[in-house]
Amino acid sequence: MSTAPAQAVTWTPQDYKSDYKPIWCPGCGDYSVLSSVTKAFAALQLKPEDTVVVSGIGCSSRIPAYTSCYGFHGVHGRSLVAGTGLKIARPELTVVVAGGDGDGYSIGGNHFLHACRRNVDITYIVMDNHVYGMTKGQPSPTTEPDWVSKLSPGGTGVRTFHPLVIALAAGANFVARAFAGDPNGTAEMIAEAIRTPGFSFIEILSPCVTFRPEQREWKKVVHPASVQWTDDPARAARRVMTDDGFNVGVLYKGIRPPYQPPVGKARKRVADLEKEFAI
Amino acid sequence: MAEVRARTSVSIAIAGSGGAGVMTAGNMLLEAAAKAGWYGLMVRSSGPQIRGGEAAALMRIGTHPIDGLDDRFDILLAIDWQNINRFADELPLDGGSLVVGDPDQGEAPEVYVKSPARQAKVSMKATAKSIPGSWPNMVALGTAAGLIGLPKTEVAKVVEQSLRKRADTLKASLEAVDAGYAAAAEIGADYALAAPGSAPSARWLVSGNQAAGYGAIRGGVRFCAAYPITPATEMLEYLAPALADVGGVLVQAEDELASANMIIGASFGGLPSITATAGPGLALMTEAIGLAVASEVPIVVVDVMRGGPSTGIPAKSEQSDLSMAVYGLHGDAPRIVVAPNSIADCVVTTQWAVHLAEALQSPALVLSDQYFGQTRAVVDRPADVTFVGSRLTAQANTEGYRRYALTESGVSPMAIPGTAGVAYTADGLEHNERGTPSSQSNDHAKQLAKRERKLVGHDYGGQWADIEGDGDIAVLTFGSSTCAVREAIERARRDGLNAKLVSVRLLAPAQPARLKAALEGVSKVLVVEQNFGGQFHKYLRAEYDIDADVRSFRRPGPLPIRPDEVHRELTQWSRA
Repeated sequence: MSTAPAQAVTWTPQDYKSDYKPIWCPGCGDYSVLSSVTKAFAALQLKPEDTVVVSGIGCSSRIPAYTSCYGFHGVHGRSLVAGTGLKIARPELTVVVAGGDGDGYSIGGNHFLHACRRNVDITYIVMDNHVYGMTKGQPSPTTEPDWVSKLSPGGTGVRTFHPLVIALAAGANFVARAFAGDPNGTAEMIAEAIRTPGFSFIEILSPCVTFRPEQREWKKVVHPASVQWTDDPARAARRVMTDDGFNVGVLYKGIRPPYQPPVGKARKRVADLEKEFAI
Repeated sequence: MAEVRARTSVSIAIAGSGGAGVMTAGNMLLEAAAKAGWYGLMVRSSGPQIRGGEAAALMRIGTHPIDGLDDRFDILLAIDWQNINRFADELPLDGGSLVVGDPDQGEAPEVYVKSPARQAKVSMKATAKSIPGSWPNMVALGTAAGLIGLPKTEVAKVVEQSLRKRADTLKASLEAVDAGYAAAAEIGADYALAAPGSAPSARWLVSGNQAAGYGAIRGGVRFCAAYPITPATEMLEYLAPALADVGGVLVQAEDELASANMIIGASFGGLPSITATAGPGLALMTEAIGLAVASEVPIVVVDVMRGGPSTGIPAKSEQSDLSMAVYGLHGDAPRIVVAPNSIADCVVTTQWAVHLAEALQSPALVLSDQYFGQTRAVVDRPADVTFVGSRLTAQANTEGYRRYALTESGVSPMAIPGTAGVAYTADGLEHNERGTPSSQSNDHAKQLAKRERKLVGHDYGGQWADIEGDGDIAVLTFGSSTCAVREAIERARRDGLNAKLVSVRLLAPAQPARLKAALEGVSKVLVVEQNFGGQFHKYLRAEYDIDADVRSFRRPGPLPIRPDEVHRELTQWSRA
């Protein structure tokens, strides 16, 4: 990869993998995403001990334990805020938050908005398969309105959520769409997202072969974006709202400085604080 | 209430509509009393309006440390009467009381006119008008100060201090205070306090919310994430600049789900972390607190309790979140729950909570309440305590590191990100010793036992409760009810009835052996708490075998439990 640092390679992608076997179904797109994550870490030569993968609940949220880095597997929908607290407390760490569309756009939707506008220097990877897999096939916010399931017998009739447009409107500093079937391209995008200061968001189309077998066809329809990324969020939004949903590439990069209050720099001794109470 | 000796405490309420400067006058009176060497406190009471609603500063000033309000008020001083009838329940008056109103503000509401209190008039509005640049509340301040015998020099110092940048207003305000003193002399009532005791010790003027915030920082907290909520907000507003001063940070979260999970993230990263909220926020945080239990991440959650359920009575006190604090998590989820029992104790108990959370890698809940949180009081500076958060951490490259190792104490070394060779994934999923998710019955049973063992097996020391006095009858209480109980027991003692106080600071885990020892030789136990359902009484019945007759005395908020009610209950039961 062209942007790889010119230093001796200490860690290979394999070094970022744990010995814990994923619970994912054979053919799941998330295997490729795991491989892209470890490739990106290797490309950046991140120290495993200085890297934390944070997640919520769902199939894709199992990813932290499959890496050899520090991991935090929290509760459903709260990965972004756990990652936010961690990054603000320990700014020198690399924090990558990962999860699925239900976790990130439904139960965690509010945190998604505020993570974008807060712009803490973390990278958020959503493995979007338009379905709740762990609970065995219910519609998510990105599910098509006419998709029929036991829970939505006639389809949901509800329009889909557009994560990229929402991210742009809410102020994410790096916005991209990737496809799990292109692990090298995705790895490059993840590395670029980690390198870019501020809140970086990558929506990865990651097929669910069990509950959405038709997503196997995604590999035939995805295509690289025909134009370069822009630094104009309005242009990026117009582009992504009018495309076919299968444009892959970096859509937007901004220059907004990340939110990082200073930590560890004391101006007063603790005992001095009580002076204001003294009579 | 005729006292021959000079009074050792006096209770005074200053009331008026919003913008009348009631709280300013109250704060100045309290500060002047503090500078004169007295103790005292001020409870803020106000209507639901954001601005412009009625307000009352409920104050008690005395020669000895004052923890709570008295049964009644000596003086009600109203700058105007706009909606002041709404405070009637909070302002019990009797034949020894004095009601002071402004003749230009019309008659006092019927409830006060009909009371046996003496009525008096002071022209606050007209007087202020005659002194350009002054305000009626400064006349009220002078009147109140004059009635209780507060030296004018002390009041002047406080007025000068707060208006030092406004020379025009300062002179007028001092004149208005003078006029108030003159009006007080004309009323001719004697509510003068006895002179303060000998040389004053080091004292603070502090609210429980500030005290809890400072205690957290003393314990080592350097990260707070929180969402505004009455009556906890002032703790957050204290912490925001104070944490920045000591190299920490406060993040305003988008909701309580976020604040609880942010502090878990920060603490996973090694920084002792806290949030503060009230009942509705605690309800939203319960899932995250369960995560902190399972993943063994230390956090402190301060619940400044208010009237519930639901939105309830946001700006009034009630001890009704106890059941949620001790039971309100899904699964078998042991946690620490502590309750400060005075405003000064908010420092020490919050500091202790940080220490316990860090030492035991557990969530610790602190049950403060609106009364503590929003009351400003003159307190003796709390003694320095050595409770500092100290976490057992893993050394780099520990061979065969297991994050959730089944140690004898139940506490296992926690690897902090940045430490090489011991990386692990913290998990809310049940896990084995390594942290790998496991649904095996064996792992579940062992991890459940480990998490309970570390809390139950810990030696909490004498800090678990305050035990005072002796007697055949004991009062068992917690939190802010302790203030009224302590005073009731003191009154009973003066009547020749000895009773024991047991104010439980450590609510969970339960301490059956310690309570048994504390109640040795006691045949009657009165349980006192401020809620409707008797949550503390029920908790005691569930967790303890009390070998004595047990009676429950409880009342929901918003009215405080008064010393007299407890005193009567004690007296009657002891005679029964």
